[in-house]
Amino acid sequence: MSITIGKDTDAATLPERIRRFPFPFTGESYRYSANVEPANKNVPTDAGAWGAGVIDIDEFYLQELADRDQILTRDPSRMQVLPHMRPAVWDTIATLLPAMAEDYPDMMSFQREGNACRWQNKLQGLDVEFTVGDDDSLPMGPLRFLGSQIQDDIVLLDIRDNTMWLDAGLVSFAADWSFNFDVGMNFLEIHGPVPRVKEENIIRRAEQFLLRLQPGEQFRRTNWTMTVGNRLDTSTETYPEWGPDRGTIATDPDMPDKLHLRVEVQHLIRLPHTGVLLFLIRSYLLPLRDIAKVPAWRERFGHVLAELPEDMAEYKGIIRYRKAASDWLLAG
Amino acid sequence: MTITALPITAHPAVEGGLQLEVTNVSPQTESIVSITLADPSGARLPSYVPGSHLVVQYGSGVNAYSLTGSGNAPSEYAISVLRVEDGAGGSVAMHHLAVGDRVYVSRPRSAFAPASTATHHLLIAAGIGITPVLSHARAAADRGTTSSLIYVYRPGTGAHVEEARDLLGPALTECSDRGSFQNVLTERLMTQSLGTHLYVCGPIAFMDAVLNQARELGWPPARLHSEAFGAAELDDGEPFTVNLVRSGLKLDVPAGVSLLETLERAGKTIPNMCRKGICGECVLPVLRGTPQHRDLYLTDQEKAENTTMMCCVSRSEDPELELDL
Repeated sequence: MSITIGKDTDAATLPERIRRFPFPFTGESYRYSANVEPANKNVPTDAGAWGAGVIDIDEFYLQELADRDQILTRDPSRMQVLPHMRPAVWDTIATLLPAMAEDYPDMMSFQREGNACRWQNKLQGLDVEFTVGDDDSLPMGPLRFLGSQIQDDIVLLDIRDNTMWLDAGLVSFAADWSFNFDVGMNFLEIHGPVPRVKEENIIRRAEQFLLRLQPGEQFRRTNWTMTVGNRLDTSTETYPEWGPDRGTIATDPDMPDKLHLRVEVQHLIRLPHTGVLLFLIRSYLLPLRDIAKVPAWRERFGHVLAELPEDMAEYKGIIRYRKAASDWLLAG
Repeated sequence: MTITALPITAHPAVEGGLQLEVTNVSPQTESIVSITLADPSGARLPSYVPGSHLVVQYGSGVNAYSLTGSGNAPSEYAISVLRVEDGAGGSVAMHHLAVGDRVYVSRPRSAFAPASTATHHLLIAAGIGITPVLSHARAAADRGTTSSLIYVYRPGTGAHVEEARDLLGPALTECSDRGSFQNVLTERLMTQSLGTHLYVCGPIAFMDAVLNQARELGWPPARLHSEAFGAAELDDGEPFTVNLVRSGLKLDVPAGVSLLETLERAGKTIPNMCRKGICGECVLPVLRGTPQHRDLYLTDQEKAENTTMMCCVSRSEDPELELDL
């Protein structure tokens, strides 16, 4: 196999969406692993860096939040809070808003006296006062409000009976799963459909790790799949809109622009006051055309796709076009 | 200057924790003192889960004490300490603390959390066991769930009695002798509505008796909670020595310090991610000796072979391990 390496890319000339993209592959192949590491650690990549803070705000902020608002208005099942999870939602707000104000002091500020809070967000021209614990103090309710401030999807797992239960969340950008279907399930049930992980004991290990996290601890991992079109909502609910594209993309001349690597940066945070596990999923999309602008990424992703075992490619929903994508990437 | 002023180095159990200042010391009873701690700069302290404890360093040792507040965005931490004259010295040192002293403490650690789905919290405390359940009662009041408390203490020796009365009103039952406590306990265990969770803290024999009786009366284990300090973390372990064959180095791994940290301090770069024994990054080849495997990564068979170990959490069964490093 001969690989043509283009001239060295000058990372500084690349657009932000590429420089800040959390490219997840460190080798030429990919298998599931419990790839968790402490959060808030800047990771250099071949194009730039990512991961300095928990909440990442980028150029797509307002657009993605507008998309989310439309999705929730159309399909309220994307957000659910079982009654015992109300304190955890407030715990999430009291944890994330101050962290955002600290990371983005030019754009955001947070003040708190007792339970009385004031939140300002210049990106949205927002100045709002609310009371922790009082659901009526935020017009949309606390979880929907939080979902209007961060691009991440939000999942809350209650810890009891020595396992975790998905008992609340706001998930507008699910990648081929249904939040509504999973609400109320426990950790093992949620991961039941994932191939290989049971045999390899990864889920049980991840569960033990999460159960042992102390309140206040923050970890993260990355996960990836592929998406046809620049669409974040590939939930089971909207399958008829995006599913058929999987069958036609391999022969589509626009494949390099339409087919995206989708990377999720997932934060695992044990909330300080309730001890509930907050699972944040921030999704990034980058078309193959952009990936190819970073020669090391083009080559590595091409090899990963070519080598990925059939059952994993099947589960990720990429089996019908992964060869076309890999060929294009490796052709340079 | 008292003997409990800020020591020069932090104990491993409080590493990554906080340096706080004593802002108030007030006697609760003849043998129990309440101590409040705050950030010297006035910063808000981390919130904590009701029933959490704080590891406090005294001199060269550490002790864990329950936090008595609700845990919601606190500006100070409050603990109450029973003086134990023949103990390891921690409680005596705590009783010597004075306003203005600085102490090293851990971040709050949760090992006695309230169940989110409980419809009612039945709290049972004996003596100084009042401290974590007071935290539970405060948090329940904050969150709008109900709680009731059976508090057993000898007359004149009860800490936080007035606060418990104010907080719980008629939901507080005070007992001063075993007989009356036994009657109240039996009656309560048999009359709780569906969804009640029970929490007990006190001397071990007391807790065992309460839990046994609850089980005999048909309470499911998932509804029973008792305070057990340190249950959520790995213990410090015994000190051991590692012999790095290729480097020709011999390093001591003290109790409370991981092998990974020891290697890093000696200038070795070991790939690692989670530092919790699950990701598998920091695997090391073992040439001789038996590792004490404490990770969740290696399979049982791999653990039995003893040819590899995860150096972030695992230690040694033998006084010395030989590593291919």
